[in-house]
Amino acid sequence: MTLTAPDASAMSAADEAEAQAHFDAIIEADQRIEPRDWMPEAYRKTLIRQISQHAHSEIIGMQPEGNWISRAPSLKRKAILMAKVQDEAGHGLYLYSAAQTLGISRDEMTEQLITSRARYSSIFNYPTPTWADMGAIGWLVDGAAICNQVPLCRASYGPYGRAMVRICKEESFHQRQGFEILLELSQGTDAQHAMAQEAVDRWYWPSLMMFGPPDDESPNSAQSMAWKIKRFSNDELRQRFVGMLVPQAEVLGLTLPDPNLCWNESTQSWDMSEIDWTEFNEVLAGRGPANAQRIQHRRDAHENGAWVREAAAAYAQKQAARERKAA
Amino acid sequence: MATPGDVTGEGWPLYEVFVRANRGLSHVHVGSLHAPDDDMALRNARDLYTRRNEGVSVWVVRSTAITTSDPDQKGAFFESPAGKNYRHAKYYEKSAEVPHL
Repeated sequence: MTLTAPDASAMSAADEAEAQAHFDAIIEADQRIEPRDWMPEAYRKTLIRQISQHAHSEIIGMQPEGNWISRAPSLKRKAILMAKVQDEAGHGLYLYSAAQTLGISRDEMTEQLITSRARYSSIFNYPTPTWADMGAIGWLVDGAAICNQVPLCRASYGPYGRAMVRICKEESFHQRQGFEILLELSQGTDAQHAMAQEAVDRWYWPSLMMFGPPDDESPNSAQSMAWKIKRFSNDELRQRFVGMLVPQAEVLGLTLPDPNLCWNESTQSWDMSEIDWTEFNEVLAGRGPANAQRIQHRRDAHENGAWVREAAAAYAQKQAARERKAA
Repeated sequence: MATPGDVTGEGWPLYEVFVRANRGLSHVHVGSLHAPDDDMALRNARDLYTRRNEGVSVWVVRSTAITTSDPDQKGAFFESPAGKNYRHAKYYEKSAEVPHL
């Protein structure tokens, strides 16, 4: 239910201490915080930032793939890609609704996105030059997203967790269809195999960066984990993801582009090369290959769609007036 | 007390969506959406919440039409059943070993 949370500013100090204790007890008992419960301002702000960023990522994430619908190699592939892009729109909407329960309006979030005041996942600022990129996005980008999102189904904020349950159910088709694209290319001609390998080479590192900075450089992680929004650290999830990719890459007959990647028996974890965070930071700062293009496209779509929104509202008003008159 | 979903400054009103997954089941709240009118809300709800045959029936209702219990009353509103465990079958222990009871 989309119910806006109450305004905490009007409370006395004693009331607030009691409310904080109640909140802490709910978190401690692993129960869920619901929209109109009292919550610390920082918890609310963190959630608004995280959920709206997540929603924006879904909406912007429609672009790299939407771009390929008309060029997908068969009618079946076009239909699949359209279903996937439609899912992403849906995921964005579930998440916007969840964020709205925290007291921010949909219009405000849209405005933040198209004026570049809100962030979205930096992964969508990379271009998709070949059909194989559709495969690599499904397998690696959606794969990383699933790895991140499955624990979020248990996030302490009820509406967020519920949105994530829906999203995770739908997301597994995305990863499988990507895997299938790569498998077919990998087992095709030499040129197709090379195209698949190049796409994996392009997307492997950016997908690992999706888990965020290393634990010792992730300032907000500890608080998010204490609030049980986040259940595992960035590095834990990254390790888990790499562990899943290794056997899958073998099935694909493709190589993960890291010569230092190997299982370390003594640390029970994957040894890997250093991630190039300078690149990550550049992309995050808006200087990635496609940042400006993505935002421009979103802004154009929003502005060019204004007349549709206005027409629909005018029609609704006219109908309502007509009904009042008839009654 | 604030009406649910009554966020000022939104272009379109907010609707809550309820879906009946199958015959014999209740409609269950699945989420919300914005739409200019009831008809569009219903169509959008179908597209947004039943892309994979999740339902055989959909209800939409404007969020502002919903009246809710007050969260500030904490437990008081639900206090009445407390201490009335004789309302549950397991309160009656003497019949525990008796068949069909």
